[in-house]
Amino acid sequence: MDKISHSVMKKDHAPKVSGRSVYVSDYPPEGVLCGKMLRSTVARARILDVDAPPLPDGYFYVDARDVPEENAVEIVLYDTPVFCRETVEYIGEPIAMLCGPDEKTVERLRDECRVRYEQLEPVLDPNRAQETFFEYKFGHGDVEKAFAEADKIFDETFETGYHEHAYLETQGMMAEPEENGRMFVHGSAQNAYYIHDAVKRVLGCGDGGVHALQDVTGGGFGGKEEYPSILGCQVAVAAHKCGKPVRCVLDRREDMQCTSKRHPSVCCYRAAVKDGRVTALDVDVLFNAGAYSTLSGLVLQRAVFMAEGVYSIPHIRVHGRAVKTNTTPCGAYRGFGAPQVFFAVETLMNHIARDLGVDPLVFKAAHLARQGDLTATCGRYHFPIPLPAMIEKIDRACGYRKKAVSYGQPQSGRYRRGIGLSLCSHGGGLNGATENELTKSVVRLHKNADGTVEVLAANGEIGQGLRTTFPKIVAETLGLPLDKVFYDHPDTARVPNSGPTAGSRSILIAGELLRRAAVKLREQWADGQEQEVEEHYHDPDFLIPFDMEKMEGDAYPAYSWSVSVIELEVDTLTGISKVLGAYGIFDVGTPIDRNIVMGQMEGGFLQGIGFASMEKMAYDRNGFIRNNNFADYLIPTAKDVPNLKTMLHVESYPFGPYGAKGAGELPLVGAPAAYLAAMEQALGGRPLHHVPFTAEDTILALAKEER
Amino acid sequence: MADIRFVLNGKETEYHGSATERLLDVLRNQYRCTSIKCGCREGECGACAVLIDGILHNSCCVAAGAVDGSSVVTLEGYRETARFAALEKAFAAVSAVQCGFCTPGMILAAEALLSKNPHPSEDEIREGLSGNFCRCTGYNAIVNAVSGAAKEGNGLW
Repeated sequence: MDKISHSVMKKDHAPKVSGRSVYVSDYPPEGVLCGKMLRSTVARARILDVDAPPLPDGYFYVDARDVPEENAVEIVLYDTPVFCRETVEYIGEPIAMLCGPDEKTVERLRDECRVRYEQLEPVLDPNRAQETFFEYKFGHGDVEKAFAEADKIFDETFETGYHEHAYLETQGMMAEPEENGRMFVHGSAQNAYYIHDAVKRVLGCGDGGVHALQDVTGGGFGGKEEYPSILGCQVAVAAHKCGKPVRCVLDRREDMQCTSKRHPSVCCYRAAVKDGRVTALDVDVLFNAGAYSTLSGLVLQRAVFMAEGVYSIPHIRVHGRAVKTNTTPCGAYRGFGAPQVFFAVETLMNHIARDLGVDPLVFKAAHLARQGDLTATCGRYHFPIPLPAMIEKIDRACGYRKKAVSYGQPQSGRYRRGIGLSLCSHGGGLNGATENELTKSVVRLHKNADGTVEVLAANGEIGQGLRTTFPKIVAETLGLPLDKVFYDHPDTARVPNSGPTAGSRSILIAGELLRRAAVKLREQWADGQEQEVEEHYHDPDFLIPFDMEKMEGDAYPAYSWSVSVIELEVDTLTGISKVLGAYGIFDVGTPIDRNIVMGQMEGGFLQGIGFASMEKMAYDRNGFIRNNNFADYLIPTAKDVPNLKTMLHVESYPFGPYGAKGAGELPLVGAPAAYLAAMEQALGGRPLHHVPFTAEDTILALAKEER
Repeated sequence: MADIRFVLNGKETEYHGSATERLLDVLRNQYRCTSIKCGCREGECGACAVLIDGILHNSCCVAAGAVDGSSVVTLEGYRETARFAALEKAFAAVSAVQCGFCTPGMILAAEALLSKNPHPSEDEIREGLSGNFCRCTGYNAIVNAVSGAAKEGNGLW
């Protein structure tokens, strides 16, 4: 194991384990107004008027009329309002915020508001959407010819549902007007700069008029990528009006009803097969984006870029759309569009193999991309693809092949078993040309006269360990003890913009910039002096530049790889499934701290198993999410998957810090396909097409079998 | 209304507010025990767990009046003990803390378990922690930490 991989005590361990860390809800309430949101109760309507009760002294009603500049939150586009415009577009859309010193009084005032709606017909079914937010098309080869010459054509449709982040800390932001006229916005978030830029625009105040700080954050998983910009603008507008600090912390039901989730998807895959090989794929991806566009375009890009899975198919055509419905806007969630398409392509490959009478793993292995092959976007796999070695390792660890044969025999009796395997990749960094042309990350190292070094970057510690791993990279490079290097939560008043905490990029992109900055500092090091060095991102030379018009080039610089296996047992009387074992092997390059990386792998894998099995969320015919709470939306507990084993395979990446690649998202991506494959086998081999696959689905499948 | 007398982290306490308040709110707002986290406010997630007479309770579902005559322990008090030191060390050794929001509840759940069963099996640990959600770790590290604390802290429980 590399020296840097040896685990250390995490830098935020002591304050967190002792309960001393201050999350946004933990700041003392004195002098802070409590904000509560008045939200739409209908999916689509024109707001005729709002009848608010008389407000006692010191209480405020804040709505769109109080936004100093344009009522639009900068995300990618500007369609998301701070507070609703003339219409509301989903249940839970913020109409106004009630603010005041006493929380219960604010709640009562909010509940006494009467909103008169002129109801409009909502669009709830993405298949009937009238508005497309984003649409992408690309491909290569001659798809028509391949289909014309095919021996057999497969045409299957796959569906995935909502997936709720269920971070333990709900969304919460706070805004404080400062004496110098500057607005200070802080709270639970991934990207201080997103908030900074959005608030700046809404207040019309310029860069000097605002600064944003990421507080200690109780989990993100993508859920705190864009949403804090919205909530941050709301509290900033409220604080601007009230002239006092305003804090708004969502309650759990509000959070689950109104904040972003993973996009529900419908993926139609057509495959042409000739001489036992897939020669062409024709893919159509449909994402339910919800009422506003937020990050749907970027999420959809990753989905379409990865639609080919880990294979090299000569002819491919991909079409993706993210459409508007009158439902909660969906956004970033760990995996960022990839889990939906990997679920589809992996399940499709299993189905084709079984139809052809070939073992699915053998069939998949024959189609694997190899180093030097074209990606779906005509980029290249520039580095080795270690999947064959990883497959052998996991087979040795869990006996996949043997069990697959054994469980593939006809089963009878109450308990039936299955085992499934999936192969996935995850491109580290933001999509396409984003890193080079838009994000343009900058990091700095500040050396104090006493020889301590502070990391200045914008990536947020959200549990994934950046407060430890960033200093580890710098300390290792400078040859300093780890306690001489530190990384605080980023405040845009003091740190440069090193880009968002997203796309498994923090270590890969910002971490490598920090390593290079540390090399620079090492060369200039002068004892007893204060020094500062800066480093800017440029694409590595090997990269094929990405053309966003043609959707061609390297979508990502480097790929991480996974093999996921799930073994389960179905109780055919109750429909309840027990995961007997979940085995994952992950190549994320060199781990910058083994414990931290294993924690990411285990946590991500279990989230993916939840998504595949029990985490079902649905809205009713009015567009209301029926199970917006932890009693009805179940996430895995410590008892659900006791036998979860993960391993690392290290294919070191020469352009990442100490060989590291992207890590955070990968472990989630493969779980749904592996789970469904195991379920298909346990249920006798009939093809299934959706996740989550719940106990109710099992009972339905068994009932079908009996008919 | 009669005053509510209870022992908070070893200290005799008189609470003069409403007996119908949630214990979670009273402890966080009145006594500034902010180690207690609010994750759901309906007794599902365990982030607000405290020990009442040694038994683990979700403080969001306990009326303040119900602790009259009881002893309540939160992490503010528990973190001063040798048992906490053993758990802290064990959690550090396997990096069982990620975002940290579930951690205070997890630590107290571990205490509730180990005080009844000083040498739990892995299954018993998983059962003992099953009322506390963690969305970050996948639980393995936390289970290993509790197991490690039980071994290293032999005699403390």
